[in-house]
Amino acid sequence: MTIATESRYVGKPMVRREDKRLLTGRGQYIADFTLPRMLHAAFVRSPVAHARIKSVDLSAARAAPGVVYALSGPELAKIVPPVSDSQLSLPAKWKSQIQHKFLNPQQPMLAHDKARHVGEAIAIVVAESRYAAEDAAELVAVDFEPLPAVVDAEAALKPDSAVVHEQYKTNTIGEFVLRKGDVDTAFARAKHKLRRRFHHHRYAAIPMETRGVVATYDERTDSMTIWSSTQVVHWVRKEAATMLGIPEARIRSVALDVGGGFGVKGHVYPEDLLIPFVARAIGQPVKWIEDRHEHLISACHSRDQIHEIEVAFDDQGHILGFRNDYVVDCGAWNPIGSGIAYNTAVHMLGPYKFQDFSVRARIAATNKVANAPYRGAGRPEAALVTERVMDLIAQELKLEPDEVRRRNMIRADEMPYAMGVPYRDGQPIVYDSGDFPSLLAKALSALGGMGAFRKRQREARAQGRYLGFGLGCYTEGTGVGPFESATVRVDPSGKIYVTSGACPHGQGMETIFAQIVADLWSVDPADVVVQLADTSAIAIGFGTMASRSTVTGSAAMHDASRRLQKKVLAIGANLLECAAGDVELRKGGVGIIGVPGKEISLAKIAHAARPGWDNGRPQGVEAGLEETNYWEPPTVTWSSAVHAAIVEVDIGTGKVTIDKYAIAHDCGTVVNPLLLDGQIVGGAAQGLGGALLEEFNYDAQGQLLTGSLMDYLLPTASDIPNFELIHQSSPTPLNPLGVKGVGEGGAISPPVVIANAVSDALREFGAEFNSTPIKPEQIVRAVRAGAARR
Amino acid sequence: MKPAKFEYHAPATVDEAVGLLKRYNGEARVLAGGQSLIPMMNFRVAAPAALVDLNRIPSLAYIRADGDTVRIGAMTRQRAIEFSPVVREKLPLLHEAISWVGHLPTRSRGTIGGSLAHADPAAELPMALQALEGEVVARGPAGERTIKAGDLFSSSLTTTLKPDEILTEIRFPASPPGAAYAVEEFARRHGDFAITAIACLLVRDGTRCKMARLATGGVGPVPLRLTAAETILEQRGLAEDAIEAAAAAAAAAVDPMSDHQGSAEYRRHLTQVLTRRAVQKALARKP
Amino acid sequence: MTEPKMSLVDVRLTVNGKPYAGQCEPRKLLVDFLREDLGLTGTHAGCEHGICGACTILFNGEAARSCIMLAVQANGAEITTVEGLAKGAELHPLQQAFHEHHALQCGFCTPGMLMAAIDFLKVNPAPTEHEVREAMSSVICRCTGYQNIVKAILAAAPKMRASA
Repeated sequence: MTIATESRYVGKPMVRREDKRLLTGRGQYIADFTLPRMLHAAFVRSPVAHARIKSVDLSAARAAPGVVYALSGPELAKIVPPVSDSQLSLPAKWKSQIQHKFLNPQQPMLAHDKARHVGEAIAIVVAESRYAAEDAAELVAVDFEPLPAVVDAEAALKPDSAVVHEQYKTNTIGEFVLRKGDVDTAFARAKHKLRRRFHHHRYAAIPMETRGVVATYDERTDSMTIWSSTQVVHWVRKEAATMLGIPEARIRSVALDVGGGFGVKGHVYPEDLLIPFVARAIGQPVKWIEDRHEHLISACHSRDQIHEIEVAFDDQGHILGFRNDYVVDCGAWNPIGSGIAYNTAVHMLGPYKFQDFSVRARIAATNKVANAPYRGAGRPEAALVTERVMDLIAQELKLEPDEVRRRNMIRADEMPYAMGVPYRDGQPIVYDSGDFPSLLAKALSALGGMGAFRKRQREARAQGRYLGFGLGCYTEGTGVGPFESATVRVDPSGKIYVTSGACPHGQGMETIFAQIVADLWSVDPADVVVQLADTSAIAIGFGTMASRSTVTGSAAMHDASRRLQKKVLAIGANLLECAAGDVELRKGGVGIIGVPGKEISLAKIAHAARPGWDNGRPQGVEAGLEETNYWEPPTVTWSSAVHAAIVEVDIGTGKVTIDKYAIAHDCGTVVNPLLLDGQIVGGAAQGLGGALLEEFNYDAQGQLLTGSLMDYLLPTASDIPNFELIHQSSPTPLNPLGVKGVGEGGAISPPVVIANAVSDALREFGAEFNSTPIKPEQIVRAVRAGAARR
Repeated sequence: MKPAKFEYHAPATVDEAVGLLKRYNGEARVLAGGQSLIPMMNFRVAAPAALVDLNRIPSLAYIRADGDTVRIGAMTRQRAIEFSPVVREKLPLLHEAISWVGHLPTRSRGTIGGSLAHADPAAELPMALQALEGEVVARGPAGERTIKAGDLFSSSLTTTLKPDEILTEIRFPASPPGAAYAVEEFARRHGDFAITAIACLLVRDGTRCKMARLATGGVGPVPLRLTAAETILEQRGLAEDAIEAAAAAAAAAVDPMSDHQGSAEYRRHLTQVLTRRAVQKALARKP
Repeated sequence: MTEPKMSLVDVRLTVNGKPYAGQCEPRKLLVDFLREDLGLTGTHAGCEHGICGACTILFNGEAARSCIMLAVQANGAEITTVEGLAKGAELHPLQQAFHEHHALQCGFCTPGMLMAAIDFLKVNPAPTEHEVREAMSSVICRCTGYQNIVKAILAAAPKMRASA
């Protein structure tokens, strides 16, 4: 029996079903959600970076107008344990292969012994309005005993540093080594070597919607409902069940419309658990909406890695050996463990074939906001290193940067290519499909080619203008496990209902899953009902992060559909009085192959599938039309892209203007080209923000100097260019649709593209840009220093 | 980030407003456009006991050409200035400066008086007032007085206005027809406060420079007139060497701030670059 | 000085052509008044310090940031919010253009983008792309990278000129 699937909808640039409500102000974000008798929470957050908490006095707060409840960290510590330390654990298969050491400090829901970063929550006040709660929060008196602030990750690793988590007697809370080949021999033999230091600075997702939680406890059923602006409803439920001592079956965790996540909402925060706890204690619904200042000082930051590298290469520019010793500034907590740091390690290999490689990573605790995944999750940091190295090799050997890359790249006829190290799922990395040199050629061609650019660069220089060319190539492991779930059901109406553990936050999942399921069932997308981000719709789910939901969600929907369709066809055949092999799905029903017309609608089949009297099921077919699948990917599938840009540098002011930016991108089968382009452009804009504007700055006392959007500069429409997108498609054999993930990719290359382009523009000044962000003053200084040397 | 409590007053006349400020003895703040004050109050870095809202005093918003003077009511919205034909014709430098002030939605509410009284070192309107040699009228319990641009700004976010005084009018001498003008500003993003800005007004007489006015914004705590640079242009003309000399003099004259936006050295460098560019842009402008 | 006593203020205003009346503390922000007291949650608060533009509404026809206005300042005013753009099931040309050009993803900034764009196109009905980018820098989007927003506004502009 075959079930043919035409791609009538997959591959089409369909407009989104989400838009209607969002365009008309009828979306429902967590801040829009209200319940009767709902109260409002505000937090007391530490104004100091590192201090012992001697006491917390809530008496004035508790007496303030409109206040219903207040709780401090020391009080709470007596009642509940800290948040789980390993929300994202590494599989045994990884642990057995990689030499590692991890210490996972457990974050309490409210700080009680110490405050470990400016912004850490110490107490919660609940009142009739947010205004009243903030008034009362100002009245909370905390007695701090200040401690030296740990604000430099490298200094944190030294034995004389103050220690953030004193039980460990060290700030090195993670360490691992990754090696392949024989790097020492490679270096011993190599004619050329270079050493550099790179710093990919601290910045973050900063979605336009901050975090927020509403929780209500129902005493009648001893159950809790939690609405959170989250990417991981099932994780929230799991942690809440543990913390509250309620079975998961009694907890419903929902995400409504989520206003952006990009990773920062991809794990369970203390507030996700504390608000339900407090709602149960009070016996009324409680709402907490994070304000923007809170977001900057408590929602996770990202990146912030320092790399000391050494590369050995030959006369042709082939990399022979690659060593890297890097430090991740993890901040005060580590909710996602070593995921980011290990991503950095493996993605440093890029689309290249060098075999001798050795890296050591250390994760340093400091008195800053915790570091967690943000779009790219360790890959931008890797790209900054490897792609700057390519340009530095080119410079040293007087080759063009694209030529050096070409010489090192894995060729299409060498694919699939085993990289010799495991991914964080423990599986050996194999680049399953792709054509990297072709992407490079396409990106270059979009910008007119290197030769034409060099001519233009010379002509501009003669007029006193400085143009530069920058490249950034990457490979990206996407669709990581452990699994994703989907339930597919034929509704009594005949529509196909689908739900999954995936949690949308702007990427248009309702639309693309409808497209996919419509093709799987030969129905119209309007006849596909999609429900997401609700644990009561599906009991087990993973969630959205790591560019995984199209891959894993579509595969789970596919497998569940195929199993369910066997049953549908069997029942259809029974009703049509023929053999199961003689029928097919078409036009929203089941018909006899080769006999047009006379389809039995899915609604009739759903009715026939019912249990009880007068049902239409053949012998041996159980009642009900629903299947659930947990799709466990064999391993990640590899997307790839090349970014290329031409910039102009105004050496008078240091301003960088992007003249052209092209992205040649491969994510396998494309479900919706309109939405795909949106993901790439959105990611690239964020990458440019990180390259040129966004920055978290802490002073020596651990005070955050960039605590408002006046100082943390997000890119606006006048900062971002148009991107030219060129698509290439190498479908993967690793999932039924051949799709690869795309959510994060756009953000990986822009920082290094800009670093390379500006370095290229200012070559004559001997300027290198090996750290981000690249700021105008830095450029002016580099030019003046270079000019002075001449 | 919600503001703390305050008493709220919306007087109908200037005298009533002045009386309220006097009564609160420094504990009240004036609400004009609110584009600077309300963010500060939302952060609770400002928590005045009372707000005196000037937005219900209609007599404070106007733009009038009065002979060689342009009079602008203190509560005139920046947006009204932006689209005023009088300003465009008689104060083209002010029109240009306004286009650098924030964004259209902030100019819908922000006022010229509010911006001047707030005296943010990186704001464009204080710089324009200096460059145009404007003056302001302030009314307090003791009556009215006029304050020249050079006497209004004392340090960062501080004017010489008394706590119970309100700006009522801003007066500018109309620029001579055909005057060359430009604002050159460097900011991190469009609409952001200036890291360094230069406002330039030139009156030419053939190849000579009859009058040069250059003022800074963003460089130091208050907007400055670059008188040494002005003199160079007035004495040496407008050829490249004179412009270079004026730009160098401008850089030498300033005492820049150092902050997270930029070091003093960088601001000094920008002063030189932007002075040169402002003069060149003014000269290149078609009359 | 002793703790200031809070008397409530009256706020009477028109929103999307409909009269509303309410009472609130003078300190209540306009964005909160619209969302909580009037139940018009289409306008969003992204920063509460007047930078991100998500809260942009039309105040007496002009774009303004409602998170840095007090509700009491809207007494007697005519306000348009995103809920007032569509006519029944018929989307405003700008909304339609946003839909066709995929100019929104999470949708959180979208109401602010729409209101800011409407005011901008009123003062500049036939803008260049550069002018659109400069003007729309008043609202921050984190999802789209702006390219499709610019496309949508340029596509809608002639339609809006035609029906002006």
